[in-house]
Amino acid sequence: MTASLAVFFAMAALAVIGAVSLIVQKHPIHSALSLIVVMIALAGLYLLLGAEFVAAVQIIVYGGAIMVLFVFVIMLLNAGVEEHTSISKMAGAPGLLLVVALAGFVAATIARSTESVETTLQTGEIASTLEISNMIFKDFVYPFELTSFLILVAVLGATVLAQREKS
Amino acid sequence: MNSFLNANAELVITLVKIVLLLFIVLTVNAYLTWFERKVVAHMQSRWGPHRVGPHGLLQPLADGVKFLFKEDPTPAGVDKLVYYLAPLLALALALTSIALIPFGPEPIRLFGHDIYLGIAPPDLNIGILALFAVTALGVYGVALAGWASNSKYPLLGGLRSSAQMISYELALTMSVVGVLLMAGSFNLKKIIEAQAHHPEWGILGWNVWPQILGFFCFFIAAVAETNRVPFDLPEAESELVAGFHTEYSSFKFAMFFIAEYTSMITVSCLCSILFFGGWLSPFPASGLFTHYLPSAILISFGLWVIWDGIRYETIFGRIVLPGLGAAITALGVVFVLLPNVNEFIQGPFWLLSKIFVFLFVYVWMRGTLPRFRYDQLMAFGWKLLLPLSIVNVIVTSFVILAKMQWWGAK
Repeated sequence: MTASLAVFFAMAALAVIGAVSLIVQKHPIHSALSLIVVMIALAGLYLLLGAEFVAAVQIIVYGGAIMVLFVFVIMLLNAGVEEHTSISKMAGAPGLLLVVALAGFVAATIARSTESVETTLQTGEIASTLEISNMIFKDFVYPFELTSFLILVAVLGATVLAQREKS
Repeated sequence: MNSFLNANAELVITLVKIVLLLFIVLTVNAYLTWFERKVVAHMQSRWGPHRVGPHGLLQPLADGVKFLFKEDPTPAGVDKLVYYLAPLLALALALTSIALIPFGPEPIRLFGHDIYLGIAPPDLNIGILALFAVTALGVYGVALAGWASNSKYPLLGGLRSSAQMISYELALTMSVVGVLLMAGSFNLKKIIEAQAHHPEWGILGWNVWPQILGFFCFFIAAVAETNRVPFDLPEAESELVAGFHTEYSSFKFAMFFIAEYTSMITVSCLCSILFFGGWLSPFPASGLFTHYLPSAILISFGLWVIWDGIRYETIFGRIVLPGLGAAITALGVVFVLLPNVNEFIQGPFWLLSKIFVFLFVYVWMRGTLPRFRYDQLMAFGWKLLLPLSIVNVIVTSFVILAKMQWWGAK
């Protein structure tokens, strides 16, 4: 077992454990912390694939900015321990079915693929910042600008909604 | 044993470097508290610590022992896991960020291996991004400590800190973009090298002149990020007892303390690297005697310590201080006598002196400025710093574009 494979399994295990813990935990803060663990484990996986820039951005944006906001809101609302209800049958049966379908789909895809699954370092291809910026700002500049416009609209909408009504 | 060392040289070197840097950073942290208390005391016409050891030099040691042996109660009703995790997180992230700083340009050759000063590899292409990633997580230490304490003052401190860090991180990151545009790289080493394009300019080639606006925004935002005066609202003692660490005592409190001082050092490193030429000498490359400046400073400081020591009141001081002075003087003499060593210490010497200047500015501000009001703090961050740093980015990119277009530079 090579070192990178060992790191891959460690990170993957961390991500899965974090994701399960996110659902199982009763307190919102603990759930948020589990989600942070998932984000950081994912960043580790990106790093392993040689995508340094994506890994750093993953931590800065998801681990840093978005999750800080989550934690901040949970703290601000002082949300307490959740009550656990028994799973409703309506959600249970289709949920189980969907889980089985998804697992089957992933397994089938892996089984049918002829190439071996790469988990090791691939240097320089998708990694470099220059490549990424060329793609975003040259090849896909219109979709990119459209997305930013959409986000701007969402920000404005949130501001309008959050504003106190003038009486 | 030997074959193992040879096979895993990289690993062993890194481990040794980690232990060394940890030791150095923690010692510097301890003496930074001494330095801060001394400087602030002299600004307020007091003496500061002077009982434990000559000039109070053993005070940090006494404080450390006190932190270790103090009772460490865990308040009732805290969220145990998060309560213990928070100081650990704060300290670990602060120490990680300093591991990403390169401290010198040239590797030192020992036992047949090139050893760079600094733990991260010098060709780390996401250098500054990795640093921001680590500091972006730093807010959790403070926020979670405030929440887990299950007490109202820490909670308010934690909330304030989260809001403050979210607000100032934007300006912090935006203000660096100008520097990145000029260097064309995230790599800290390349950022420094980009400031040495005109070696004959010396200090005038540094980023701080074209990026004066960026530096202004960066330094203020960085002070706010480290929760220091005048932005220390998360621990405002007149309003919140001690803010987020009210419920922490003993070594858990010390961990927050060390984390805060370590991030001060990191910010000083970043300021020197991004805007003040890192390890570059401020003098033009053609300067004749500037290579002996480190030795001259060390020797004169050592002589002053000897002169001060022989007149000290206590016998202990009369023995220790001249000894210390003699050691410093001897170090300076060694640098003069060995040209190779002198050449090697130039980079680290200039970087460390710049870091020292910024640490002094931190202390200076603490001794001078009153605390912001909370609404002023928010307005300052969002309405002044953020627009200014965005203007800086736009102006810098236009200037670079104009240069490429009309003068064909780069």
